[in-house]
Amino acid sequence: MQEQASGKSFQRQSQSSIPSLPNYQTDGFYDELVNDQNLARPDTEELVSLFNRLKPAELFRRQQAIEKSLYQMGITFTVYSDSAGTEKIFPFDVVPRIVSAMLWKHIDAGLKQRIRALNRFLCDIYNEQAIVKDGIIPRVLIESSPAYLKECQGLAPFNDVWCHITGTDLIRDNEGTVYVLEDNLRCPSGVSYVLQNRHVMKRNFPQVFGASRVRPVSDYSWRLFDLLRGIAPPHVDNPAIVVLTPGIYNSAYYEHSFLAQNMGVRLVEGRDLVVENDFLYMRTTGGLKRVDVIYRRIDDAFLDPKTFRKDSVLGVKGLMDVYRAGNVSLANAPGTGIADDKVIYAFVPDMIRYYLDEEPILPNVPTYVCQKDDDRKYVLEHMDELVIKAAGESGGYGVLIGPHATKEQREEYAAKIKENPRNWIAQPTLQLSRVPTLIDGQLEGRHVDLRPYILCRRQETCGCCQAD
Amino acid sequence: MLSRVAESIYWMSRQVERAENLARFIEVTLHMTLEQAEYIVEPWEPLVQVTGDNEWFLAKYGKPDRQNVVQFLAFDEEYPNSMLSCLRAARENARGVREMISTEAFRELNSFYHFVCEGSTPQLTSDPTELFFDHVRSQALMWSGVMENTMTHDLAWQFINLGRMLERADKTSRILDAKYFNLLPSVDDVGTAVDDLQWSTLLLAISGFEAYRREHHLVDVEKIVAFFLFHRSFPRSVYYCVAAADWSLREIEKVSGADRPGEAKQRISALRHRLKNTNVKEVIAGGMHDFIDRLQLELNAIGESLGRDYFHNTGTS
Repeated sequence: MQEQASGKSFQRQSQSSIPSLPNYQTDGFYDELVNDQNLARPDTEELVSLFNRLKPAELFRRQQAIEKSLYQMGITFTVYSDSAGTEKIFPFDVVPRIVSAMLWKHIDAGLKQRIRALNRFLCDIYNEQAIVKDGIIPRVLIESSPAYLKECQGLAPFNDVWCHITGTDLIRDNEGTVYVLEDNLRCPSGVSYVLQNRHVMKRNFPQVFGASRVRPVSDYSWRLFDLLRGIAPPHVDNPAIVVLTPGIYNSAYYEHSFLAQNMGVRLVEGRDLVVENDFLYMRTTGGLKRVDVIYRRIDDAFLDPKTFRKDSVLGVKGLMDVYRAGNVSLANAPGTGIADDKVIYAFVPDMIRYYLDEEPILPNVPTYVCQKDDDRKYVLEHMDELVIKAAGESGGYGVLIGPHATKEQREEYAAKIKENPRNWIAQPTLQLSRVPTLIDGQLEGRHVDLRPYILCRRQETCGCCQAD
Repeated sequence: MLSRVAESIYWMSRQVERAENLARFIEVTLHMTLEQAEYIVEPWEPLVQVTGDNEWFLAKYGKPDRQNVVQFLAFDEEYPNSMLSCLRAARENARGVREMISTEAFRELNSFYHFVCEGSTPQLTSDPTELFFDHVRSQALMWSGVMENTMTHDLAWQFINLGRMLERADKTSRILDAKYFNLLPSVDDVGTAVDDLQWSTLLLAISGFEAYRREHHLVDVEKIVAFFLFHRSFPRSVYYCVAAADWSLREIEKVSGADRPGEAKQRISALRHRLKNTNVKEVIAGGMHDFIDRLQLELNAIGESLGRDYFHNTGTS
């Protein structure tokens, strides 16, 4: 860094040496970078003092330089509604979010515990269903979930792992306590942006990295490759691994190609694959070649038109036969969606107690399951205080934020809840933590969530890396 | 290598090469027309003939003047073989095989495309500058240099080379055909300054002016035709391109472990052999237009065979 501290902008609290952000507003929220007196928190001093050393427009200039470089590298995602310039760079904020080592240790332990329980649950629910027989989860909740695949009943993926790659969403409340908001166990996206963001941040803020001893994330692709190799059908030497993408028009296509490139494996589309005699092959210039492991980025419903949606043109006809015959491994295994149904989510703390005989390290956001009479009664009486969510939706669809909704909207949702209670949950509105974000050249607080990616190869987790 | 990937990578390479050639043709023509010689053959019409899409042009634009031709060749988004359309298609293809080409190569193609997109503003198209097309040419050279030096020369690279060389052979022969045809009426003027100027422009279009000058010094139609068609080591001559494509196909067959030469390989070897054994006097005596016509039919047939041999297509692309 060439800029020197200038007397004017380099402000420190006179009574202590703790740096602060004098003109920044926390607005009464829990801010992860500074406390309610705008003083840096113990792990953020280095970053806060860097902001004070930078010339006023410098942050903005760096943000623009980074955005330009992301654009040139083609690190983009696709916007479905927009036909002309269909690619946008991923919104990127130049202010790093800091997670202290202490907090990370806690999150790390909590996530490993959670994935262990979730994988136990998936094995159980597709086999003996002990958790249902023991009365922990009502059978009707399982069988009424569209994500429950009866085609997977009786299956046992290698190493008893159903969910190999998870992207759990974590939030912090007004006290800074970490909660699990949702478990994304199907095909979670975003890890490539973590890696690329880290890459550009290192180039732009080397001094913060040097001083803060930031843990590396760049080994993610290697770990993912190791995982995929490790789940190949037994007795296959040197397995052929592929990433299966819906194609370049998929919003996460960049990530699919990025991961394939970084692992050095082929990126295939459904039309490149063909099933013959219970084995899976890809069409190559040298004829058909067998495929042993698929990291699939296509939802269950589209995987195999023979078994699931008949109109799918993204999948491979007969793929499920190959999978059932044990001749190909899929990550994640088909059927994991049942465990991230929003109603089942409410039971994850109970699963942890049931399968592991442990108390959950990371709490759930308190959740009312409208299927339960008491919960439903409470929800209907407190519509103006709660967030109402449809169980089978994701990505912010089917959500009503009670306090911000009109009376008509609340009545509309109340009617939907009464009509089909199974489909609805409710949660209290938490005041999510905030971090300073560069908005039009100024630092303003914005609410955040955190999505770490968890890789699980056998029934013990092997690696985590963090993401916003 | 996946058949789909091989096909995409082959087309990506052809499309960038096509865009580069268009930029070359436009650039040298702009350069030439800045000076007004006393007698000069209409310079823009042959550029339309090069594309083989004369009728399409006529229907949309009518008169082949500077502005129309530049708009058509460089920026027309409705015309699938314009520079911009080619680059867009190349980039789409590159995105589809992104994991197979180096990060640097993708970045280069991406900024190449954005540069041309940004250049296609009305302001520029009404007043096209040589500088812009010169820059396009540099970007194309940069792209191929990055490809050359950041990628393993494996199967993927061989398909890239194959696409580039087949496209280049096609374009070199077309520009010669179009210009030669237009220069014929002035054959009496051979040796005059104007004629020299026009033949030089033609050589410049394939970056061959200096190479030719070093070997022959004087403008001589026969020698220029021989330079275009049969030069053994100039990288844009038809023979060189066909020989390089032949070599790439041989490497591809080696890796793919085919037990006998495919249709495409047989065809390209035959074409190479024929070019090697043809002399320029025969070409001119027998009618150059016919010779080039036949050459192009053969090049097209090779493209179709590739589809059958490697891309598992039944028809053409």
